[in-house]
Amino acid sequence: MTRKQRRGVLIGTCLVVLGVAVGLVLYAMRDSIVFFYSPSDIAEMQVAPGQRIRLGGLVETGSVRRDQGTTVHFSVTDGAKVMPVTYTGVLPDLFREGQGVVTEGAVMPDGTFKADNVLAKHDENYMPPEVAAKLKEKGVWREGEATGAAGKVTTQ
Amino acid sequence: MIAETGHYALILALGVAIVQMVLPILGTRFNDPRLAAVAVPAAQIQFLLVCIAFAALTVAYVTSDFSVLNVWQNSHSAKPMLYKISGVWGNHEGSMVLWVLILALFGAAVATFGANLPRRLQANVLAVQGSIAVAFLLFIVLTSNPFLRVDPAPFDGQGLNPVLQDPALAFHPPFLYAGYVGFSMAFSFAVAALIDGRIDAAWARWVRPWTLAAWMCLTLGIAMGSWWAYYELGWGGFWFWDPVENASFMPWLAGTALLHSALVMEKRDALKVWTILLAIITFSLSLMGTFLVRSGVLTSVHAFAVDPARGVFILGIMAVFIGGSLALFAWRAPLLSQGGLFAPISREGALVLNNLLLTVACAAVFVGTLYPLALESVTGEKISVGAPFFNLTFVPLIVPLLIAVPFGPLLAWKRGDLLAAAQRLMVAAIVSVAAIIAVLAVHGSGPWLAPLGIGLGLWLIVGAATEIATRSKLFEVRWSESWRRMRNLPRAAYGTALAHAGVGVMVLGLVATTAWRSERIEALAPGSSIEIAGYALTFEGVKERQGPNYSELVGMFEVTRGGQPVTTLIPSKRSYAVEKSATTEAGIHNSWRGDLYIVLGDPLKDGAYSVRVYFNPMVRLIWLGALLMFFGGGVSLSDRRLRVGAPKRAKAKAQPAAAAGK
Repeated sequence: MTRKQRRGVLIGTCLVVLGVAVGLVLYAMRDSIVFFYSPSDIAEMQVAPGQRIRLGGLVETGSVRRDQGTTVHFSVTDGAKVMPVTYTGVLPDLFREGQGVVTEGAVMPDGTFKADNVLAKHDENYMPPEVAAKLKEKGVWREGEATGAAGKVTTQ
Repeated sequence: MIAETGHYALILALGVAIVQMVLPILGTRFNDPRLAAVAVPAAQIQFLLVCIAFAALTVAYVTSDFSVLNVWQNSHSAKPMLYKISGVWGNHEGSMVLWVLILALFGAAVATFGANLPRRLQANVLAVQGSIAVAFLLFIVLTSNPFLRVDPAPFDGQGLNPVLQDPALAFHPPFLYAGYVGFSMAFSFAVAALIDGRIDAAWARWVRPWTLAAWMCLTLGIAMGSWWAYYELGWGGFWFWDPVENASFMPWLAGTALLHSALVMEKRDALKVWTILLAIITFSLSLMGTFLVRSGVLTSVHAFAVDPARGVFILGIMAVFIGGSLALFAWRAPLLSQGGLFAPISREGALVLNNLLLTVACAAVFVGTLYPLALESVTGEKISVGAPFFNLTFVPLIVPLLIAVPFGPLLAWKRGDLLAAAQRLMVAAIVSVAAIIAVLAVHGSGPWLAPLGIGLGLWLIVGAATEIATRSKLFEVRWSESWRRMRNLPRAAYGTALAHAGVGVMVLGLVATTAWRSERIEALAPGSSIEIAGYALTFEGVKERQGPNYSELVGMFEVTRGGQPVTTLIPSKRSYAVEKSATTEAGIHNSWRGDLYIVLGDPLKDGAYSVRVYFNPMVRLIWLGALLMFFGGGVSLSDRRLRVGAPKRAKAKAQPAAAAGK
């Protein structure tokens, strides 16, 4: 094999692998990306039933209700619209009424949201950035509201 | 007083790092060996000063000095000692000090043990290391000072996030950082070579041990993080394709590629320009990992503080180092001569394929991690890219590489014989095909890809053993001769085999857990039981218990298998009063067959609890595989061929021994 042919093989292989990779990424981008919506977005944008999305907002106070077994009903609100959610399973430790939550699942034909995943927060004061941004848009939640008062700070 | 000493030491370290950055470069530029020689003591003093700063912060934590803001925010007097110490790096400021400490440690190591490096190279390398230290010390001093005081001092601290109070997580950041920062050595050597416009095979011999050590630390650090997520977060999963996990995984992929390309460069003097570029890319990805994790742009437990000034600062550091080094690369790389020729089918060819697939797979992870950020900043639309994306892109790219792995070490340098290699791998092929058929017979109904995955894992393991068997002519010559050959094989060969077998073991664990995992979620009243994977679990009720800094609700489950008692599992829900936070502690029964994993959920009516139970078959093989890779790296590292200058010392020792023999 000449030097030129060797280089040809090398460049050819690289191009093939790159092409396959680009194809895979584009294909996966079309099918496996999950959009993040607030209850108002869902009402406005007519999200198709069955499409996988993430729903974020605050757990409406007084909305948590348990069925027989491990099914839980609660509502997610962004101040403007309310979305009823059903979830079967174990809720994360810091799931509380009045606190931020992110759930993943799909809108059912009857207009409720069936979640198969409720994302855990790691800290009481923590607000998922997506939720915080959406709530700020609606004017429900302000920066710094949930964080504790800091002490007097000096530099010496 | 101690905090001020630490602060002062940090500022002094910054001053010394500036000297270390400037003078050696001038020295090599103007051929003044005295100026260049400043690099060595400067690196050592800088390390000493950062040590003092780190020690000062540690003392503040250990003595619970709440007049220091950082200690007040992240510690509490009732916290166990281990977590007081790990609290030092369990927060943004302290973790940056740890970052710089490890950076300075690597610099000091090159200064102290690099006596056999060419003077110019050593001076340039230390200068580049100095410049990284300057950037990060400036970052700490200007935006993230851990030594700020609070006045008046609060009575007690606010505590550390409870999910971080865990033994595996106490050591996860140091190893991860040792990996990230360890790649700075490869980067500094690459930039030094570009500055000098000269590079040879010896360069690769110096770079390889540093890269290997960094890679080992990163492997262990990632494995610890994944193990922690598995048992602490209560989801029973081991890898979530979370952006923060990806941030550490990308440097690992690039670093793995770098290890292999440096091998080609050392042995065959080829792939020089590519190796240099890869060294730059690997450290750039480490910097990006630091940025993603520390700037708070991601939704994650790692985003300690959301402070835009810090994000912008790290972004600036990234722009300077990545942009600068790539510009230098574009300008100087054409000066580097091209080396050895090789046929497409050869050891070099196999390693090129390894590099190609690893970097492309890394690029796919990169796209999946950064696309949501890019999209949000451009259109404001919020999306999440999760496991389905990576399963569709990363997996198909990495599987061909795994199939090719056993061939690599069996091919000769320069021109290999694929047919001969395939013949030698006959045993491995037969074993994996037999396994595929056996698995199909037992689990006929499961996912159809799973038996192939098991076959792939065994192919890797037996393939790795084949290399050792081939090189020691096992079954071809007498046993004693094979044994002699085995003992004389270089340690690097065993390291390679061990690490490759580790990949196979990990594949087995990944495939088995993903394909045959069972999960049940039930409402259980005391006295009732549940069955999963041949185990019967009886819920005995709950009780309250008091820990050192938490109180917990413990559920008790009697586990039996075929009527025989196995164990009692006690999953719990802990609540931490100081942090006003709660964690779930899973109850896990480990065995080689798999893990029985119980999570206690919420209380329901009539004393019942919602309970989530998993059976994760062979899940521990995942971390065992990572450990094997780590040890494989260690065995390679102990090979005397990697110890630069070792032959000289060995000769010096051999002479007196020979003299004594006479």
